[in-house]
Amino acid sequence: MEKTLPKIEIIEKYCKGCHICVEFCPKDVLEMKGFYVSVKNLEACIKCMQCELRCPDFAIKVITE
Amino acid sequence: MAFDYDKWIRPGKLPHIWCPGCGHGIVMKGLIRAMETLQLKKEETAVVSGIGCASRLPGYIDCCTLHTAHGRAAAFATGVKMARPEMNVILVGGDGDGTAIGGNHFIHACRRNIDMTYIIMNNYIYGMTGGQFSPCTPTGHKASTTPYGNPDPGFDIAKLAIGAGATFVARGTAFHANQIDKLIVEAIQHKGFSVVEILDDCPTTYGRRNKYKSVIEMMNRLKEVAVPVKAAEKMTAEQLQGKVLTGVLYKEVKPEYIEEYAKVIERAKAAK
Repeated sequence: MEKTLPKIEIIEKYCKGCHICVEFCPKDVLEMKGFYVSVKNLEACIKCMQCELRCPDFAIKVITE
Repeated sequence: MAFDYDKWIRPGKLPHIWCPGCGHGIVMKGLIRAMETLQLKKEETAVVSGIGCASRLPGYIDCCTLHTAHGRAAAFATGVKMARPEMNVILVGGDGDGTAIGGNHFIHACRRNIDMTYIIMNNYIYGMTGGQFSPCTPTGHKASTTPYGNPDPGFDIAKLAIGAGATFVARGTAFHANQIDKLIVEAIQHKGFSVVEILDDCPTTYGRRNKYKSVIEMMNRLKEVAVPVKAAEKMTAEQLQGKVLTGVLYKEVKPEYIEEYAKVIERAKAAK
């Protein structure tokens, strides 16, 4: 079965650059690009939702089918 | 599928005022998930707060909200609950608001056992007013008013609540984000005064003064000190040194205030 990739939506207006999502991602999908977070390696995402769960600023949404 | 937090957030209010890495946002998400799990109606839910960083939370939540005087959330919430007993009343606040300025209101709300839920976000400090030490600041830790270390021992909010007569007491941490909503769900479902203490991080005014290098270090500290109640049963007193118990710490069934007050009204009517 082919792996379906999620869509990681980052709302830059809300992001305060606290690093929590980058640090607690078990697969190293996210990185800091300047002040904001951005997606580095979407293929590695296992949809564990840790970033969405832990973001204190409502800035990340992991949209899966 | 992504959880739809937007349904419970007042339009146009984000981004919130909390500092980067502040755990209050994580607690707010937990509260929203809990309210969604219980399918609460917005018009039948009141979120009441006092003053402080944590007490800014009702400003962002889209339901009936009340932002009141410093420490007086329990007093105002009692009024709401007495006037409209069908409402789900949830109090939110910080450790300073709840146990120092509002300490008296807090213990008497516990004693009265009125059907409300109090979520205390304990970040060990007064964040909004500039990092003064609070009753929860641990001994020896630094704050802007105790630059050489705090000589006072800190409060244990959960033990205080149990001693004062609260009938449901639970504790979680901002690190254990999945647990927060489960504790809040159980607290709201409990009939009586429920206290949920959430250990939180304040990177700006507490972390910097106490040599925490980053938000992540503060989060990992919460992970290290937290021990679930069941795991603690198998541990020795030595192993539990410096640890904090998490989960549901206390639960009992006692007469609830609104119901008892209704009986008083009945008795008064019969006496005429």
